[in-house]
Amino acid sequence: MSLVFERTEGLVDMPTHYCPGCTHGIIHRLVAESLVELGLMDDAVCIASVGCSVFTYKYFPCDAYQASHGRAAAVATGAKRVLEDRTVFTYQGDGDLAAIGTAETVHAAARGENITIIYVNNAIYGMTGGQMAPTTLVGQKATTSPYGRKAELQGYPIKVSEMLSTLDGTAFAERVSVHNPAHVRKAKKAIKKAFEVQTAKEGFSIVEILSTCATNWGMTPPDALNWLEDNMIPYYPLGNFKTPEEN
Amino acid sequence: MAKLLMKGNEAVGAAAIKAGCKYFFGYPITPQNELPEYMSRELPKNNGLYLQAESEIGAINMVYGAAGTGERVMTSSSSPGIALKQEGISYLCGAELPCVIVNMSRVGPGLGGIQPAQADYFQATRGGGNGDYCTPVYAPASIQETVDLVMESFDVAETYRTPVIVLGDGMIGQMMESVEFNEPKKRELPPRDWAVPQKGKKGEKILINSLYIMPEDMEPHIQKLFRKYDVIKEKEVRYEKYNCEGADVVAVAYGTVSRIVRNAIKMLENDGIKLGLIRPITLWPFPHEAFKDFSPETKALLSVEMSAGQMIDDVKIANEGRLPVEFYGRMGGIVPKPIEVVEKVKEIFGGAK
Repeated sequence: MSLVFERTEGLVDMPTHYCPGCTHGIIHRLVAESLVELGLMDDAVCIASVGCSVFTYKYFPCDAYQASHGRAAAVATGAKRVLEDRTVFTYQGDGDLAAIGTAETVHAAARGENITIIYVNNAIYGMTGGQMAPTTLVGQKATTSPYGRKAELQGYPIKVSEMLSTLDGTAFAERVSVHNPAHVRKAKKAIKKAFEVQTAKEGFSIVEILSTCATNWGMTPPDALNWLEDNMIPYYPLGNFKTPEEN
Repeated sequence: MAKLLMKGNEAVGAAAIKAGCKYFFGYPITPQNELPEYMSRELPKNNGLYLQAESEIGAINMVYGAAGTGERVMTSSSSPGIALKQEGISYLCGAELPCVIVNMSRVGPGLGGIQPAQADYFQATRGGGNGDYCTPVYAPASIQETVDLVMESFDVAETYRTPVIVLGDGMIGQMMESVEFNEPKKRELPPRDWAVPQKGKKGEKILINSLYIMPEDMEPHIQKLFRKYDVIKEKEVRYEKYNCEGADVVAVAYGTVSRIVRNAIKMLENDGIKLGLIRPITLWPFPHEAFKDFSPETKALLSVEMSAGQMIDDVKIANEGRLPVEFYGRMGGIVPKPIEVVEKVKEIFGGAK
Protein backbone atom coordinates (compact mmCIF):
# COMPACT_ATOMS: atom_id res chain seq x y z
CA MET A 1 0.00 0.00 0.00
CA SER A 2 1.51 3.35 -0.92
CA LEU A 3 1.40 6.27 1.51
CA VAL A 4 -0.38 9.25 -0.09
CA PHE A 5 -0.76 11.57 2.89
CA GLU A 6 1.01 11.87 6.21
CA ARG A 7 1.70 14.25 9.06
CA THR A 8 4.00 17.10 8.23
CA GLU A 9 7.14 17.24 10.33
CA GLY A 10 6.47 20.99 10.47
CA LEU A 11 3.82 20.53 13.14
CA VAL A 12 4.35 19.15 16.62
CA ASP A 13 2.49 15.84 17.09
CA MET A 14 -0.12 16.99 19.60
CA PRO A 15 -3.84 17.76 19.66
CA THR A 16 -4.67 21.39 18.93
CA HIS A 17 -7.21 23.46 20.87
CA TYR A 18 -9.09 24.51 17.73
CA CYS A 19 -12.81 23.77 17.35
CA PRO A 20 -13.87 20.96 15.01
CA GLY A 21 -14.22 22.36 11.49
CA CYS A 22 -12.00 25.36 12.14
CA THR A 23 -9.75 26.32 9.22
CA HIS A 24 -6.81 27.27 11.47
CA GLY A 25 -5.72 23.62 11.21
CA ILE A 26 -5.44 23.85 7.42
CA ILE A 27 -3.56 27.14 7.64
CA HIS A 28 -1.15 25.76 10.24
CA ARG A 29 -0.44 22.86 7.93
CA LEU A 30 0.18 25.16 4.96
CA VAL A 31 2.62 27.29 6.95
CA ALA A 32 4.36 24.17 8.29
CA GLU A 33 4.64 22.49 4.88
CA SER A 34 5.91 25.71 3.29
CA LEU A 35 8.64 26.19 5.89
CA VAL A 36 9.70 22.53 5.70
CA GLU A 37 9.74 22.49 1.88
CA LEU A 38 11.80 25.69 1.80
CA GLY A 39 14.21 24.23 4.37
CA LEU A 40 13.44 27.07 6.76
CA MET A 41 11.72 25.35 9.67
CA ASP A 42 14.73 24.91 11.95
CA ASP A 43 15.64 28.56 11.57
CA ALA A 44 12.11 29.94 11.75
CA VAL A 45 10.92 32.05 14.68
CA CYS A 46 7.17 32.10 15.26
CA ILE A 47 5.56 35.09 16.94
CA ALA A 48 2.24 33.96 18.38
CA SER A 49 -0.44 36.54 19.03
CA VAL A 50 -3.53 36.83 21.21
CA GLY A 51 -6.81 35.25 20.18
CA CYS A 52 -7.44 31.76 18.84
CA SER A 53 -3.87 31.79 17.53
CA VAL A 54 -2.46 32.30 21.03
CA PHE A 55 -1.12 28.73 21.27
CA THR A 56 0.50 28.81 17.84
CA TYR A 57 3.85 28.76 19.64
CA LYS A 58 3.16 25.19 20.77
CA TYR A 59 2.27 23.78 17.38
CA PHE A 60 5.27 24.81 15.29
CA PRO A 61 8.48 23.04 16.33
CA CYS A 62 10.65 26.16 15.89
CA ASP A 63 11.69 28.78 18.46
CA ALA A 64 8.82 31.07 19.37
CA TYR A 65 7.61 34.13 21.23
CA GLN A 66 4.18 34.77 22.66
CA ALA A 67 3.38 38.44 22.02
CA SER A 68 0.85 40.70 23.74
CA HIS A 69 -2.41 41.56 22.02
CA GLY A 70 -1.78 43.28 18.70
CA ARG A 71 1.97 43.74 19.20
CA ALA A 72 3.25 40.75 17.24
CA ALA A 73 4.65 42.91 14.41
CA ALA A 74 6.60 45.02 16.92
CA VAL A 75 7.93 41.89 18.68
CA ALA A 76 8.83 40.43 15.27
CA THR A 77 10.63 43.68 14.45
CA GLY A 78 12.75 43.49 17.60
CA ALA A 79 13.54 39.82 17.04
CA LYS A 80 14.34 40.12 13.33
CA ARG A 81 16.55 43.18 13.80
CA VAL A 82 18.82 41.00 15.94
CA LEU A 83 18.26 37.65 14.20
CA GLU A 84 18.72 38.87 10.65
CA ASP A 85 19.25 35.41 9.16
CA ARG A 86 16.28 33.71 10.77
CA THR A 87 12.83 33.52 9.18
CA VAL A 88 10.60 35.51 11.51
CA PHE A 89 6.86 35.25 11.06
CA THR A 90 3.81 36.29 13.02
CA TYR A 91 0.56 34.36 13.06
CA GLN A 92 -2.31 36.73 13.88
CA GLY A 93 -6.04 36.95 13.62
CA ASP A 94 -8.11 39.90 12.42
CA GLY A 95 -9.03 41.21 15.87
CA ASP A 96 -5.39 41.17 16.94
CA LEU A 97 -3.93 42.60 13.72
CA ALA A 98 -6.58 44.93 12.33
CA ALA A 99 -7.88 46.55 15.54
CA ILE A 100 -5.55 46.71 18.54
CA GLY A 101 -2.48 45.97 16.41
CA THR A 102 -3.15 48.32 13.50
CA ALA A 103 -0.38 50.77 14.35
CA GLU A 104 2.24 48.05 14.88
CA THR A 105 1.24 46.34 11.64
CA VAL A 106 1.11 49.46 9.47
CA HIS A 107 4.44 50.74 10.74
CA ALA A 108 6.20 47.39 10.43
CA ALA A 109 5.07 47.44 6.79
CA ALA A 110 6.04 51.08 6.32
CA ARG A 111 9.53 50.38 7.66
CA GLY A 112 9.78 47.45 5.28
CA GLU A 113 10.55 45.08 8.14
CA ASN A 114 11.82 41.88 6.60
CA ILE A 115 9.21 39.71 8.32
CA THR A 116 6.24 37.65 7.18
CA ILE A 117 2.76 38.05 8.59
CA ILE A 118 0.28 35.19 8.35
CA TYR A 119 -2.98 37.05 8.82
CA VAL A 120 -6.05 34.89 9.42
CA ASN A 121 -9.25 36.82 8.73
CA ASN A 122 -12.44 35.15 9.91
CA ALA A 123 -14.39 38.40 10.43
CA ILE A 124 -14.93 37.82 14.16
CA TYR A 125 -13.23 37.63 17.56
CA GLY A 126 -13.15 33.87 18.02
CA MET A 127 -11.33 33.18 21.30
CA THR A 128 -13.46 35.61 23.31
CA GLY A 129 -16.70 34.17 22.01
CA GLY A 130 -17.74 35.85 18.78
CA GLN A 131 -17.64 39.62 19.25
CA MET A 132 -17.65 42.07 16.33
CA ALA A 133 -14.22 42.47 14.73
CA PRO A 134 -12.83 45.29 12.57
CA THR A 135 -13.41 42.87 9.70
CA THR A 136 -16.98 41.85 10.52
CA LEU A 137 -19.08 42.39 7.41
CA VAL A 138 -21.83 45.00 7.28
CA GLY A 139 -24.99 43.17 8.27
CA GLN A 140 -23.11 40.32 9.95
CA LYS A 141 -24.29 39.43 13.44
CA ALA A 142 -21.85 39.07 16.31
CA THR A 143 -22.31 39.06 20.09
CA THR A 144 -21.54 42.80 20.20
CA SER A 145 -23.41 43.54 16.98
CA PRO A 146 -26.53 41.49 17.78
CA TYR A 147 -28.63 43.39 15.23
CA GLY A 148 -25.99 43.02 12.53
CA ARG A 149 -23.12 45.43 11.88
CA LYS A 150 -24.50 48.78 10.75
CA ALA A 151 -22.21 51.00 8.69
CA GLU A 152 -23.72 54.17 10.16
CA LEU A 153 -23.04 52.91 13.70
CA GLN A 154 -19.89 50.79 13.45
CA GLY A 155 -18.38 51.83 10.13
CA TYR A 156 -16.88 49.54 7.55
CA PRO A 157 -14.67 46.43 7.63
CA ILE A 158 -10.97 47.03 7.02
CA LYS A 159 -9.32 45.63 3.92
CA VAL A 160 -5.87 45.05 5.31
CA SER A 161 -4.11 43.70 2.23
CA GLU A 162 -5.26 46.60 0.05
CA MET A 163 -4.28 49.12 2.73
CA LEU A 164 -0.81 47.68 3.32
CA SER A 165 -0.11 47.31 -0.38
CA THR A 166 -0.16 51.13 -0.67
CA LEU A 167 2.96 51.30 1.52
CA ASP A 168 6.36 51.36 -0.15
CA GLY A 169 7.81 49.05 2.52
CA THR A 170 5.38 46.27 1.67
CA ALA A 171 7.03 43.88 -0.79
CA PHE A 172 4.34 41.23 -0.93
CA ALA A 173 0.62 41.27 -0.10
CA GLU A 174 -1.85 38.63 -1.20
CA ARG A 175 -5.31 37.57 -0.09
CA VAL A 176 -6.21 33.90 -0.36
CA SER A 177 -8.89 31.63 1.02
CA VAL A 178 -9.08 28.07 2.30
CA HIS A 179 -12.75 27.30 1.62
CA ASN A 180 -12.06 24.55 -0.93
CA PRO A 181 -9.10 22.39 -2.03
CA ALA A 182 -8.26 24.49 -5.09
CA HIS A 183 -7.98 27.61 -2.95
CA VAL A 184 -6.04 25.75 -0.26
CA ARG A 185 -3.41 24.99 -2.92
CA LYS A 186 -3.33 28.64 -4.02
CA ALA A 187 -3.02 29.71 -0.39
CA LYS A 188 0.04 27.52 0.05
CA LYS A 189 1.67 29.05 -3.00
CA ALA A 190 1.18 32.54 -1.56
CA ILE A 191 2.54 31.53 1.86
CA LYS A 192 5.60 29.98 0.24
CA LYS A 193 6.14 33.07 -1.87
CA ALA A 194 5.91 35.32 1.19
CA PHE A 195 8.63 33.33 2.97
CA GLU A 196 10.77 33.45 -0.18
CA VAL A 197 10.38 37.22 -0.24
CA GLN A 198 11.73 37.33 3.31
CA THR A 199 14.62 34.99 2.50
CA ALA A 200 15.52 37.27 -0.43
CA LYS A 201 15.45 40.21 2.04
CA GLU A 202 12.93 42.08 -0.11
CA GLY A 203 10.90 43.51 2.74
CA PHE A 204 7.57 43.13 4.46
CA SER A 205 5.31 40.29 3.33
CA ILE A 206 1.76 39.47 4.35
CA VAL A 207 -0.64 36.73 3.37
CA GLU A 208 -4.23 37.39 4.35
CA ILE A 209 -6.13 34.12 4.57
CA LEU A 210 -9.92 34.17 4.64
CA SER A 211 -10.95 31.66 7.24
CA THR A 212 -14.10 30.36 8.90
CA CYS A 213 -15.32 30.36 12.47
CA ALA A 214 -18.11 27.78 12.39
CA THR A 215 -18.53 27.91 16.18
CA ASN A 216 -19.06 31.64 16.52
CA TRP A 217 -20.76 32.10 13.18
CA GLY A 218 -23.25 29.51 14.47
CA MET A 219 -23.00 27.25 11.40
CA THR A 220 -21.95 23.75 10.51
CA PRO A 221 -18.40 23.65 9.08
CA PRO A 222 -19.64 23.04 5.48
CA ASP A 223 -22.13 25.91 5.78
CA ALA A 224 -19.36 28.13 7.12
CA LEU A 225 -17.19 27.35 4.07
CA ASN A 226 -20.09 28.26 1.81
CA TRP A 227 -20.79 31.44 3.78
CA LEU A 228 -17.16 32.49 3.39
CA GLU A 229 -17.35 32.01 -0.37
CA ASP A 230 -20.71 33.76 -0.75
CA ASN A 231 -20.18 36.67 1.65
CA MET A 232 -16.52 37.27 2.43
CA ILE A 233 -14.96 36.92 -1.01
CA PRO A 234 -17.25 39.54 -2.61
CA TYR A 235 -16.09 42.08 0.00
CA TYR A 236 -12.53 40.79 0.37
CA PRO A 237 -11.51 40.02 -3.21
CA LEU A 238 -8.84 37.34 -3.58
CA GLY A 239 -5.63 38.02 -5.40
CA ASN A 240 -2.17 39.45 -5.26
CA PHE A 241 -1.91 43.14 -4.44
CA LYS A 242 1.83 43.45 -4.50
CA THR A 243 4.80 41.29 -5.36
CA PRO A 244 8.48 42.07 -5.96
CA GLU A 245 9.40 42.47 -9.60
CA GLU A 246 11.16 39.43 -11.04
CA ASN A 247 14.76 40.13 -11.94
CA MET B 1 40.27 58.57 31.99
CA ALA B 2 39.66 62.30 31.85
CA LYS B 3 36.37 63.61 33.11
CA LEU B 4 33.82 64.74 30.54
CA LEU B 5 31.17 67.41 30.93
CA MET B 6 27.94 65.75 29.79
CA LYS B 7 24.24 66.33 29.84
CA GLY B 8 22.37 63.68 31.82
CA ASN B 9 20.43 62.21 28.91
CA GLU B 10 23.55 61.91 26.74
CA ALA B 11 25.55 60.46 29.62
CA VAL B 12 22.91 57.72 29.95
CA GLY B 13 23.43 56.85 26.29
CA ALA B 14 27.22 56.84 26.59
CA ALA B 15 27.05 54.63 29.69
CA ALA B 16 24.68 52.21 27.97
CA ILE B 17 26.96 51.84 24.95
CA LYS B 18 29.95 51.29 27.26
CA ALA B 19 27.92 48.60 29.04
CA GLY B 20 27.42 46.78 25.74
CA CYS B 21 23.94 47.98 24.80
CA LYS B 22 23.49 47.18 21.12
CA TYR B 23 19.81 47.89 20.50
CA PHE B 24 17.75 50.92 21.43
CA PHE B 25 14.09 51.39 20.54
CA GLY B 26 12.97 54.97 21.03
CA TYR B 27 10.09 57.36 20.73
CA PRO B 28 10.25 61.13 21.25
CA ILE B 29 8.98 62.73 24.45
CA THR B 30 10.31 65.65 26.46
CA PRO B 31 12.46 65.76 28.63
CA GLN B 32 14.41 62.68 27.43
CA ASN B 33 14.86 63.41 23.72
CA GLU B 34 18.63 63.86 23.89
CA LEU B 35 18.92 60.17 24.80
CA PRO B 36 17.30 58.64 21.69
CA GLU B 37 19.01 61.35 19.64
CA TYR B 38 22.37 60.38 21.11
CA MET B 39 21.70 56.69 20.50
CA SER B 40 20.62 57.28 16.90
CA ARG B 41 23.96 59.07 16.36
CA GLU B 42 26.29 56.84 18.36
CA LEU B 43 24.92 53.29 18.19
CA PRO B 44 25.59 52.87 14.45
CA LYS B 45 29.24 53.81 15.12
CA ASN B 46 29.35 51.13 17.81
CA ASN B 47 28.03 48.17 15.85
CA GLY B 48 24.53 48.74 17.21
CA LEU B 49 21.09 49.72 16.03
CA TYR B 50 18.77 52.58 16.92
CA LEU B 51 15.22 52.15 15.71
CA GLN B 52 12.45 54.67 16.19
CA ALA B 53 9.15 53.01 16.97
CA GLU B 54 5.64 54.12 16.07
CA SER B 55 4.79 54.58 19.76
CA GLU B 56 6.06 53.76 23.23
CA ILE B 57 3.96 50.60 23.00
CA GLY B 58 5.72 49.66 19.77
CA ALA B 59 9.10 50.45 21.31
CA ILE B 60 8.65 48.29 24.42
CA ASN B 61 7.41 45.39 22.31
CA MET B 62 10.44 45.72 20.05
CA VAL B 63 12.46 45.56 23.26
CA TYR B 64 10.60 42.33 24.08
CA GLY B 65 11.51 40.89 20.68
CA ALA B 66 15.16 41.93 20.85
CA ALA B 67 15.60 41.11 24.56
CA GLY B 68 14.40 37.58 23.80
CA THR B 69 17.67 37.06 21.92
CA GLY B 70 19.74 37.83 25.03
CA GLU B 71 21.33 40.94 23.52
CA ARG B 72 21.61 44.11 25.62
CA VAL B 73 18.56 46.21 24.85
CA MET B 74 17.26 49.55 26.06
CA THR B 75 14.43 52.01 25.72
CA SER B 76 13.65 55.33 27.35
CA SER B 77 10.75 57.67 27.78
CA SER B 78 9.14 60.05 30.23
CA SER B 79 6.11 59.60 32.47
CA PRO B 80 3.13 59.42 30.03
CA GLY B 81 5.25 57.33 27.67
CA ILE B 82 6.33 55.04 30.51
CA ALA B 83 2.64 54.62 31.33
CA LEU B 84 2.17 53.30 27.79
CA LYS B 85 5.05 50.88 28.24
CA GLN B 86 3.53 49.22 31.30
CA GLU B 87 1.85 46.45 29.33
CA GLY B 88 5.19 45.54 27.80
CA ILE B 89 7.02 45.76 31.14
CA SER B 90 4.53 43.29 32.63
CA TYR B 91 5.16 40.90 29.72
CA LEU B 92 8.94 41.34 30.02
CA CYS B 93 8.69 40.44 33.72
CA GLY B 94 6.41 37.50 33.00
CA ALA B 95 8.73 36.17 30.30
CA GLU B 96 11.82 37.05 32.40
CA LEU B 97 13.59 39.16 29.79
CA PRO B 98 16.45 41.49 30.69
CA CYS B 99 16.46 45.10 29.51
CA VAL B 100 17.00 48.61 30.82
CA ILE B 101 14.21 51.20 30.78
CA VAL B 102 14.95 54.84 31.54
CA ASN B 103 12.24 57.18 32.81
CA MET B 104 13.23 60.85 32.87
CA SER B 105 10.04 61.60 34.67
CA ARG B 106 7.86 64.68 34.37
CA VAL B 107 4.65 66.02 35.79
CA GLY B 108 1.34 64.16 35.80
CA PRO B 109 -1.42 63.06 35.84
CA GLY B 110 -2.34 63.18 32.18
CA LEU B 111 -0.21 65.22 29.86
CA GLY B 112 0.75 67.13 32.99
CA GLY B 113 3.83 69.14 32.12
CA ILE B 114 7.43 68.78 31.06
CA GLN B 115 9.07 69.93 34.29
CA PRO B 116 10.75 67.53 36.73
CA ALA B 117 8.63 65.46 39.10
CA GLN B 118 8.83 62.33 41.24
CA ALA B 119 5.21 61.38 40.77
CA ASP B 120 5.99 58.06 39.07
CA TYR B 121 7.23 56.46 42.30
CA PHE B 122 4.18 54.24 42.67
CA GLN B 123 4.21 53.35 38.97
CA ALA B 124 7.87 52.33 39.17
CA THR B 125 7.94 50.55 42.52
CA ARG B 126 4.56 48.82 42.55
CA GLY B 127 4.78 47.16 39.14
CA GLY B 128 2.87 49.62 36.98
CA GLY B 129 1.37 46.97 34.73
CA ASN B 130 -0.91 44.02 35.41
CA GLY B 131 -0.05 41.11 37.63
CA ASP B 132 2.31 40.08 40.41
CA TYR B 133 5.76 41.44 39.63
CA CYS B 134 8.41 43.96 40.63
CA THR B 135 11.31 45.58 38.83
CA PRO B 136 14.55 46.89 40.32
CA VAL B 137 14.40 50.71 40.27
CA TYR B 138 17.52 52.88 40.50
CA ALA B 139 17.20 56.55 41.40
CA PRO B 140 20.44 58.42 40.72
CA ALA B 141 21.11 61.83 42.24
CA SER B 142 23.95 63.01 40.01
CA ILE B 143 25.09 62.49 36.45
CA GLN B 144 28.06 60.46 37.70
CA GLU B 145 25.76 58.21 39.67
CA THR B 146 23.43 57.96 36.66
CA VAL B 147 26.32 56.72 34.54
CA ASP B 148 27.42 54.21 37.19
CA LEU B 149 23.90 52.88 37.73
CA VAL B 150 23.05 52.63 34.03
CA MET B 151 26.18 50.55 33.47
CA GLU B 152 25.37 48.32 36.42
CA SER B 153 21.70 48.07 35.41
CA PHE B 154 22.59 45.99 32.37
CA ASP B 155 24.45 43.49 34.58
CA VAL B 156 21.60 43.41 37.09
CA ALA B 157 19.05 42.91 34.30
CA GLU B 158 21.05 40.01 32.89
CA THR B 159 21.85 38.47 36.28
CA TYR B 160 18.20 38.26 37.29
CA ARG B 161 16.59 38.20 33.83
CA THR B 162 14.44 41.20 34.61
CA PRO B 163 13.73 44.66 33.27
CA VAL B 164 15.56 47.31 35.32
CA ILE B 165 14.17 50.83 35.58
CA VAL B 166 16.41 53.86 35.94
CA LEU B 167 14.20 56.60 37.34
CA GLY B 168 15.54 60.09 36.83
CA ASP B 169 13.61 63.26 36.28
CA GLY B 170 13.75 66.26 33.97
CA MET B 171 16.48 67.74 36.15
CA ILE B 172 18.76 64.69 35.97
CA GLY B 173 18.13 64.38 32.23
CA GLN B 174 18.76 68.01 31.40
CA MET B 175 21.58 69.18 33.66
CA MET B 176 25.28 68.89 32.87
CA GLU B 177 27.94 67.58 35.23
CA SER B 178 31.36 66.06 34.85
CA VAL B 179 31.47 62.29 34.58
CA GLU B 180 33.92 59.47 34.13
CA PHE B 181 33.10 55.98 32.97
CA ASN B 182 34.22 53.27 35.35
CA GLU B 183 33.46 49.59 34.86
CA PRO B 184 31.02 48.27 37.46
CA LYS B 185 32.27 45.50 39.72
CA LYS B 186 32.47 42.25 37.77
CA ARG B 187 29.52 39.95 38.17
CA GLU B 188 29.26 36.32 37.23
CA LEU B 189 26.58 36.48 34.54
CA PRO B 190 24.39 33.44 33.90
CA PRO B 191 24.59 31.75 30.48
CA ARG B 192 22.18 33.02 27.82
CA ASP B 193 20.92 29.50 27.15
CA TRP B 194 17.30 30.65 27.61
CA ALA B 195 17.48 33.11 24.69
CA VAL B 196 16.56 32.70 21.03
CA PRO B 197 19.94 32.17 19.31
CA GLN B 198 21.19 33.36 15.93
CA LYS B 199 20.66 29.85 14.52
CA GLY B 200 17.82 27.48 15.34
CA LYS B 201 18.46 23.91 16.41
CA LYS B 202 16.25 21.04 15.38
CA GLY B 203 14.42 19.62 18.36
CA GLU B 204 15.58 22.30 20.81
CA LYS B 205 12.80 24.80 21.14
CA ILE B 206 13.31 28.14 22.85
CA LEU B 207 10.08 29.79 23.97
CA ILE B 208 9.69 33.38 25.18
CA ASN B 209 6.35 33.38 26.96
CA SER B 210 4.32 34.71 29.86
CA LEU B 211 1.20 32.58 29.29
CA TYR B 212 0.46 29.71 31.68
CA ILE B 213 -3.18 28.90 31.07
CA MET B 214 -3.39 26.30 33.86
CA PRO B 215 -3.49 27.79 37.39
CA GLU B 216 -1.34 24.93 38.67
CA ASP B 217 1.37 26.05 36.22
CA MET B 218 0.95 29.80 36.71
CA GLU B 219 1.20 29.81 40.50
CA PRO B 220 4.64 28.13 40.55
CA HIS B 221 5.79 30.57 37.86
CA ILE B 222 4.81 33.54 40.04
CA GLN B 223 6.39 31.89 43.09
CA LYS B 224 9.59 31.47 41.08
CA LEU B 225 9.54 35.17 40.18
CA PHE B 226 9.15 36.09 43.83
CA ARG B 227 11.97 33.80 44.95
CA LYS B 228 14.09 35.79 42.48
CA TYR B 229 12.78 39.06 43.96
CA ASP B 230 13.77 37.80 47.43
CA VAL B 231 17.35 37.37 46.20
CA ILE B 232 17.28 40.88 44.71
CA LYS B 233 16.02 42.24 48.05
CA GLU B 234 18.83 40.46 49.83
CA LYS B 235 21.66 41.43 47.48
CA GLU B 236 20.83 44.57 45.56
CA VAL B 237 19.47 47.10 48.08
CA ARG B 238 21.38 50.36 47.79
CA TYR B 239 21.12 53.50 49.89
CA GLU B 240 23.14 56.28 51.46
CA LYS B 241 22.81 57.36 55.07
CA TYR B 242 24.26 60.80 55.76
CA ASN B 243 24.52 62.90 58.93
CA CYS B 244 22.09 60.61 60.77
CA GLU B 245 24.18 60.06 63.92
CA GLY B 246 22.60 62.27 66.57
CA ALA B 247 20.27 63.87 64.04
CA ASP B 248 17.17 65.69 65.35
CA VAL B 249 15.21 64.89 62.20
CA VAL B 250 16.06 62.46 59.42
CA ALA B 251 14.89 63.39 55.96
CA VAL B 252 14.22 60.70 53.37
CA ALA B 253 14.71 61.85 49.80
CA TYR B 254 15.93 60.41 46.52
CA GLY B 255 17.33 61.75 43.27
CA THR B 256 17.12 65.49 42.67
CA VAL B 257 15.40 66.19 45.99
CA SER B 258 18.20 64.54 47.99
CA ARG B 259 20.53 67.27 46.70
CA ILE B 260 18.18 69.96 47.97
CA VAL B 261 18.02 68.25 51.36
CA ARG B 262 21.84 68.34 51.54
CA ASN B 263 21.71 72.11 51.17
CA ALA B 264 19.05 72.30 53.86
CA ILE B 265 21.30 70.23 56.15
CA LYS B 266 24.03 72.91 55.88
CA MET B 267 21.57 75.77 56.39
CA LEU B 268 20.10 74.12 59.49
CA GLU B 269 23.54 73.80 61.09
CA ASN B 270 23.40 77.56 61.67
CA ASP B 271 20.18 77.04 63.62
CA GLY B 272 21.70 74.26 65.69
CA ILE B 273 19.42 71.67 64.18
CA LYS B 274 20.95 68.47 62.91
CA LEU B 275 19.14 67.10 59.88
CA GLY B 276 20.07 63.63 58.65
CA LEU B 277 19.38 62.06 55.26
CA ILE B 278 18.45 58.61 54.16
CA ARG B 279 18.79 58.50 50.38
CA PRO B 280 17.33 55.39 48.79
CA ILE B 281 19.31 54.57 45.64
CA THR B 282 17.16 51.54 44.92
CA LEU B 283 13.51 52.55 45.27
CA TRP B 284 12.65 48.90 44.76
CA PRO B 285 13.87 47.08 46.69
CA PHE B 286 13.35 49.82 49.26
CA PRO B 287 16.14 50.07 51.86
CA HIS B 288 14.16 48.98 54.91
CA GLU B 289 17.36 48.21 56.80
CA ALA B 290 18.30 51.92 56.76
CA PHE B 291 15.38 52.56 59.14
CA LYS B 292 16.31 49.98 61.77
CA ASP B 293 18.37 52.18 64.09
CA PHE B 294 18.10 55.87 64.86
CA SER B 295 19.83 57.95 67.50
CA PRO B 296 17.80 58.66 70.65
CA GLU B 297 17.86 62.35 69.60
CA THR B 298 15.94 61.65 66.40
CA LYS B 299 12.41 62.93 66.86
CA ALA B 300 10.88 62.45 63.43
CA LEU B 301 11.32 61.32 59.85
CA LEU B 302 10.57 63.70 57.00
CA SER B 303 9.82 62.41 53.52
CA VAL B 304 10.63 65.12 50.99
CA GLU B 305 9.39 64.49 47.46
CA MET B 306 8.43 66.17 44.23
CA SER B 307 5.04 64.49 44.50
CA ALA B 308 1.90 64.64 46.60
CA GLY B 309 3.35 61.90 48.79
CA GLN B 310 4.25 58.53 47.34
CA MET B 311 7.56 57.32 48.81
CA ILE B 312 6.18 58.26 52.23
CA ASP B 313 4.20 55.00 52.14
CA ASP B 314 7.45 53.01 52.00
CA VAL B 315 9.00 55.24 54.67
CA LYS B 316 6.06 54.41 56.96
CA ILE B 317 6.34 50.71 56.21
CA ALA B 318 10.08 50.77 56.91
CA ASN B 319 9.63 52.88 60.06
CA GLU B 320 7.17 50.35 61.52
CA GLY B 321 5.45 53.03 63.57
CA ARG B 322 8.52 53.95 65.64
CA LEU B 323 8.87 57.65 64.78
CA PRO B 324 6.39 60.25 63.57
CA VAL B 325 6.61 60.53 59.77
CA GLU B 326 6.22 64.03 58.33
CA PHE B 327 5.91 65.03 54.70
CA TYR B 328 6.97 67.91 52.51
CA GLY B 329 6.19 67.82 48.82
CA ARG B 330 6.04 70.15 45.86
CA MET B 331 4.21 69.23 42.71
CA GLY B 332 3.42 70.34 39.22
CA GLY B 333 7.06 70.74 38.21
CA ILE B 334 8.06 72.97 41.11
CA VAL B 335 11.39 71.95 42.57
CA PRO B 336 11.47 72.69 46.32
CA LYS B 337 14.04 75.22 47.52
CA PRO B 338 16.34 74.32 50.42
CA ILE B 339 14.75 77.05 52.55
CA GLU B 340 11.38 75.34 52.22
CA VAL B 341 12.86 72.15 53.67
CA VAL B 342 14.53 74.21 56.40
CA GLU B 343 11.20 75.80 57.32
CA LYS B 344 9.43 72.46 57.32
CA VAL B 345 12.04 71.03 59.71
CA LYS B 346 11.67 74.06 61.99
CA GLU B 347 7.90 73.65 61.87
CA ILE B 348 8.34 70.08 63.11
CA PHE B 349 10.17 71.60 66.09
CA GLY B 350 7.50 74.25 66.56
CA GLY B 351 9.89 77.04 65.55
CA ALA B 352 13.66 77.50 65.97
CA LYS B 353 15.39 75.17 68.40
